[in-house]
Amino acid sequence: MQLLHFAILSPFVFAFIIPFLAKYAKRVHTGWFVLILPVLLFIYFLSMIRMTQSGETLRSVLEWIPSLGINFTVYVDGLGLLFALLITGIGSLVTLYSIFYLSKEKEQLGPFYVYLLMFMGAMLGVVLVDNVMVLYMFWELTSLSSFLLIGYWYKREKSRYGAAKSLLITVSGGLCMLGGFILLYLITDSFSIREMINQVQLIAGHDLFIPAMILILLGAFTKSAQFPFYIWLPDAMEAPTPVSAYLHSATMVKAGIYVIARFSPIFAFSAQWFWIVSLVGIFTMVWGSFHAVKQTDLKSILAFSTVSQLGMIISMLGVSAAALHYGHTEYYTVAAMAAIFHLINHATFKGSLFMAVGIIDHETGTRDVRKLGGLMGIMPITFTISLIGTFSMAGLPPFNGFLSKEMFFTSMLRVTHVDLFNVQTWGALFPVLAWAGSVFTFIYSMKLLFKTFKGNYQPEKLEKQAHEAPIGMLVSPVILVALAVSLFFFPNILSYSLIEPAMNSIYPTLLDSHEKFHVHISQWHGFTAEVLMTLGIIAVGTIGYLTINKWKGIYKLFPSKLTLNRLYEKLLTIMEKGSYRVTKQYMTGFLRDYLLYIFAGFIILMSGALVLKGGFSFTTEGMAKIGIYEMILTLVMISATAATVFARSRLTAIISLGVVGYTLALFFVIFRAPDLALTQLVIETISVALFLLCFYHLPKLRLKKKTRTFRMTNFIIALGVGIIVTLLGIASSSQRTKDSIASFFTKHSHDLGGGDNVVNVILVDFRGFDTMFEITVLTIAALGIYSMIKTKVKEEGKSGE
Amino acid sequence: MEILMAVTAGIIFMAATYLLLSKSLLRVIIGTALLSHGVHLMLLTMGGLKKGAAPILSEHAKSFVDPLPQALILTAIVISFGVTSFILVMAFRAYQELKTDDLDQMRGNDQHE
Repeated sequence: MQLLHFAILSPFVFAFIIPFLAKYAKRVHTGWFVLILPVLLFIYFLSMIRMTQSGETLRSVLEWIPSLGINFTVYVDGLGLLFALLITGIGSLVTLYSIFYLSKEKEQLGPFYVYLLMFMGAMLGVVLVDNVMVLYMFWELTSLSSFLLIGYWYKREKSRYGAAKSLLITVSGGLCMLGGFILLYLITDSFSIREMINQVQLIAGHDLFIPAMILILLGAFTKSAQFPFYIWLPDAMEAPTPVSAYLHSATMVKAGIYVIARFSPIFAFSAQWFWIVSLVGIFTMVWGSFHAVKQTDLKSILAFSTVSQLGMIISMLGVSAAALHYGHTEYYTVAAMAAIFHLINHATFKGSLFMAVGIIDHETGTRDVRKLGGLMGIMPITFTISLIGTFSMAGLPPFNGFLSKEMFFTSMLRVTHVDLFNVQTWGALFPVLAWAGSVFTFIYSMKLLFKTFKGNYQPEKLEKQAHEAPIGMLVSPVILVALAVSLFFFPNILSYSLIEPAMNSIYPTLLDSHEKFHVHISQWHGFTAEVLMTLGIIAVGTIGYLTINKWKGIYKLFPSKLTLNRLYEKLLTIMEKGSYRVTKQYMTGFLRDYLLYIFAGFIILMSGALVLKGGFSFTTEGMAKIGIYEMILTLVMISATAATVFARSRLTAIISLGVVGYTLALFFVIFRAPDLALTQLVIETISVALFLLCFYHLPKLRLKKKTRTFRMTNFIIALGVGIIVTLLGIASSSQRTKDSIASFFTKHSHDLGGGDNVVNVILVDFRGFDTMFEITVLTIAALGIYSMIKTKVKEEGKSGE
Repeated sequence: MEILMAVTAGIIFMAATYLLLSKSLLRVIIGTALLSHGVHLMLLTMGGLKKGAAPILSEHAKSFVDPLPQALILTAIVISFGVTSFILVMAFRAYQELKTDDLDQMRGNDQHE
């Protein structure tokens, strides 16, 4: 157990203490206690940068279920450390922000911070473990804690809806991913990601390669809100804003990105990976930014924007796979570099934007852009934060979003030069889509900023008198936007400290041990195509924003009945109603129907087995001869049976049943079974007497008028059962494979059992246990009958039931 | 002989099945009683019907019939007797309480777990 193990588990330990602090230390906002932990963890992870920078990694095994190969193995490399820093860094800022956002008096702080810490620990676990099973465990814990956080205000209907939706979608994806992990285990016989990377050749040639890849990608896409699974993210905006900022923009939704980057060394050399990842990513980018423009709720805009930006990062990760084919060329690895850089940038500007929106919501009481406006003079600091955030999001200088957007274009332009995987034909699609998506990004960024802060202040529409936020609430977003600005001017502080080690994790095999990726980010390359594209975006985007009312109509071209949300709703209703209807179909409540299923099942299974396995055989060899007595008895039995069925009065039926029983006793006589005959005679007598005792009380045997089909089905089923039983009887007496063990009983009955009546010796000596429990059965039956007759439950007030 | 017995048992099974599928509770009970007769007959037949003395050693015969199926049937007879009588009383009580022996009217409904 290393310090790192403890670092991952510490949020869970802390989560145990928080409820007590929330209860007994009410003077202080619980968040202050919580804040200590992410700050300490952040400092701890910062101290590891030196290690990953020099290309070293940390690996430590803590045995958990060693017999199954499931161990809590921690592994820190560039990629894991980058995410760990994001999680703890943004986590600290979000905790700080939440202290001022959530009221000590009005909200239940204990549960909130417990869930938040649970999430933080789970997320650290996802990015820092090497064992896929443990990764999966933490993965589902993030889903679960996200569910709890979205439903934090559980009295609101929409919160519960959003929480259930996100849980359904992310857990379905998580289960797919579990399937993918198990397939990888089947191929490599190991749960360790390191081991899997070492066996890439084996995985590549295996039949299960494609299924494993698709299942893992499904998990990543659902978590990272890619098309068509993004629908849970806008509904998750019902969570408190710190949660949206933390989970649904900076960390959890990037778990999918982490998985894609982490499994790149295993899958990325295949054409399928290249095409699926990059196309889903780029399409999600365009789709998300296009739909963000029409939203009117600030958080919805940010949700769709997050979807779009995540798509952008994923598309870059997808195209970075090309580098694996060309070897060490900076030409294609730039996509991976851009992806990692944008990952960091997105966390800074999106986190600050969410916080800014939270402030606006907190201080005005609404998030609807139609009600907002003219806040620039009232909330100058929030305005500045939003300005930097939105401009960075739109990809404008002098903010960090500009740099990563340029690099995004660079990587998309370079895809067109790839002559692998038939890219030549469709390669031009990438820069075009990327550009179109960026134009929409520009438009919704401007909308977000100007509709909120410019225009007329409309105090009559607001619930509260708008004013600037308290200073504590502003600290976190100010730090984030300060980062966004400074990363533009000094992007290279990240280059060799974070980005290069992370690239090393994505391409672990690409370089020789002494080489390093060339990561140098510069603000100005000269008049390249990328700059022209950005200028085009600004031009077209500005026109688009100013004329937004003219072209807004195209959103109406999408029929509201055909949205993905409708599809999701429909699917749920179909599943619920459908299963109800199906169950209703066959669970009729009629005993006869269930008996029909059982008998029909019996007939089908048995006849199927007889036919398919050729089980039927017929021989008269070794069988006893038919005597005249047997003939007569058989005839009597059959006619008595028929009489039972066709009897019109209950007396006839009971007597005929008795006849069958007595004939059976006579058979026992003929077939040399004296004890059986005796018992059968006595018991048949008692049974008939019992039937007759109940005779007066029993209802009249009514042969009700049944429909013809009713009787026909009964007859067919009964006939089937009879035939099958007959065939089985004949088949099994025609083919005896082994001799009976009867000779043992007859030989040793006297000397071992001390009796000459072999049947009795078997009953009480050789197989005495049977007899004991048979006595028990009789006792229970007697007690049951007694209690049934004696106990009379008077049901008052209850009718019918 | 075995084949004849198998056919007889088959017919009894058929009649029992037909009775089990009817609406009247009494007929269902008669069906179960008939079914157990069929099963006992089947058990006896499966044990082999070769002629031989009854399995009592003092007979001093050369061969005996198989005693094991007989022991099994004996157990089965007693158990089915217990069960049949229990069901019979249960049907009687049900008729007393519900005033019907029509299984269609005894069906459960959605409100009933």
